[in-house]
Amino acid sequence: MNAVAVPVRRRPRRRRRGGRAGWNIVAIVLFAVMVFPVFWMISSAFKPTDQINSFTPTWFSRHPTVSHFTTAVHTPYFWTDVKNTLIIVSVTVTVSIALAFLAAVALAKYRFTGRKLFIVLVIGIQMLPGAGLIIPLYVTLASYHLVNTLTGVIVTYMTIVLPFSVWTLRGFILGIPKELEEAAMVDGSTRLGAFVRILLPLVAPGLVATSVFAFIQAWNEYLYARIILASQGKQTITVWLSYFLGTSRSTDWGALMAGSTLTAIPAVVFFLIVQRRIAFGLTAGAVRG
Amino acid sequence: MAERVVIAAETTWSRRRRRLTWGRVARGSVPYWLILPVLGAIGAILGYPLYRLFRLAFQHYGLEELIRHSGQPVGLHNFGHVLHDQIFWHTLVRTVIFTVANVGLTMGIGTLIALLLVRVSTVVRVLLTAGLVLVWSMPVVVAVQVWGWMTNYQNGVVNYILTELHFGDYFQHNWYGSTFSQLAIVTTLIVWGALPFVAITVFAALAQVPADLVEAAQIDGAPPWRVFLDVTVPIIRPVLLILTSLSIVWDFGVFVQPYLLIGQTHITPGNYLMGIYLFEKGYFDNDYGQGAAISILMLLIVATLSIFYVRKMVRIGDVD
Repeated sequence: MNAVAVPVRRRPRRRRRGGRAGWNIVAIVLFAVMVFPVFWMISSAFKPTDQINSFTPTWFSRHPTVSHFTTAVHTPYFWTDVKNTLIIVSVTVTVSIALAFLAAVALAKYRFTGRKLFIVLVIGIQMLPGAGLIIPLYVTLASYHLVNTLTGVIVTYMTIVLPFSVWTLRGFILGIPKELEEAAMVDGSTRLGAFVRILLPLVAPGLVATSVFAFIQAWNEYLYARIILASQGKQTITVWLSYFLGTSRSTDWGALMAGSTLTAIPAVVFFLIVQRRIAFGLTAGAVRG
Repeated sequence: MAERVVIAAETTWSRRRRRLTWGRVARGSVPYWLILPVLGAIGAILGYPLYRLFRLAFQHYGLEELIRHSGQPVGLHNFGHVLHDQIFWHTLVRTVIFTVANVGLTMGIGTLIALLLVRVSTVVRVLLTAGLVLVWSMPVVVAVQVWGWMTNYQNGVVNYILTELHFGDYFQHNWYGSTFSQLAIVTTLIVWGALPFVAITVFAALAQVPADLVEAAQIDGAPPWRVFLDVTVPIIRPVLLILTSLSIVWDFGVFVQPYLLIGQTHITPGNYLMGIYLFEKGYFDNDYGQGAAISILMLLIVATLSIFYVRKMVRIGDVD
């Protein structure tokens, strides 16, 4: 069912015991180094303020507190910005996935003149650096009075989500055996009938995975939201988090880490769910050679 | 009478043929109808701004013009201004060095981690992979805040750990004191965030390397590094090249990490990267015309850098 080619893993040949023990230790140290920032974020979020401000760090607090989370949640605009983000993300994802699915069907099931050009467009857009598009997007949105509106951000996010979704969904559709569809057509279904009854249910997990990944991208986005949404109370969660640092001279690190944890949770949870399905999509074909 | 029959037959025949042709045309147009919504959306929200970008680049377009919605044509003035700007060239050189360092470290360490994943026991592999996926899932803005906290001057835990491990006296060491140090911290943050993607993808590619080829090379007495360079690398080369070119494009256009980690107040022409230079010139100074000129130069550079990746992916998409 996994459309994007997850290569079959061959069991590596058994090596000498001693060598492997050494590598295991290296890997565990590496694990500790890589995961440390995440650990430190969570650990700090639950630490009493005196332990945060201390010069000697406390690794695990014996007196965990949720007071930083209370502070973070009560920081102005937290809930408003969460709401804004959810609106932006849900509209972006719904519209993009619907449009992208149609295009993905075209790419996966039809050969047509201009197909290659369309693929170039879909891949090429993903390569455009966000920073390079700020100015024209801002000026264009300004001339339609869409600066400082959620609509402006939704429209902009579609430039990120659409190409990516087309490409990923195409992979999922390709993963469905042609024979199934053909069998349905032999049984007297029309192409549309075969599509609705056979293709759609099979591609549903792919649709969900792509939507979830699109959700993560939109949830995490910062640059466009920062530029388009100028007034406080109209921003997204990542912009809220970025301003947290600058509110006063002495930063409330505990609350900042609590806010960071809260911002990260939806993205992390969703990512852990869909990572296996999506991740290899980026380079799927290349792995196959 | 016979004539009539013939004519009638001909009419039906030609009608049927026409109907068939229409049907074929209709069916042939299906993919176009399917891609039309995406094309329309992309055209409206990206195509038009890109067209605006090219017009803006040849206009004087400031705040006043933004309000009036019309710029004054100035020809190549914006480009001339940018290309005569010392800061542009310094930023370009700095960004190239920054990109080379970031991509080199990401690809080098990422590949080493992938090789490590092959050599460890299953339990450790699952553990390390889980850790990598966790890091991968962290939103960039969150990662920046966490690194900001870890490296803060007052009591950042990085300073504590380095001091405890006897790397020297890092008590209240300011990581944001010099351009080099600032960009080094940004590099650490970016490489940390990019490693999981590279390591896991390369690991997946390594699984495709036929074990008998490696064994044959080993039996022939080739040392491990030769086996890696002469057997493994050629097979995983496509993946390495794609990852490298993706990393180059991402790191060259990087914005969020340096902008937030160095901090808006500490951003100076002395530590500009391309994305930031563009942002400061165009958006903050409200000189959209010049910003557009810089954008075009930047897009041209990135387009050149990404040609390899795009071509490779298009070939994949075209074959399927």
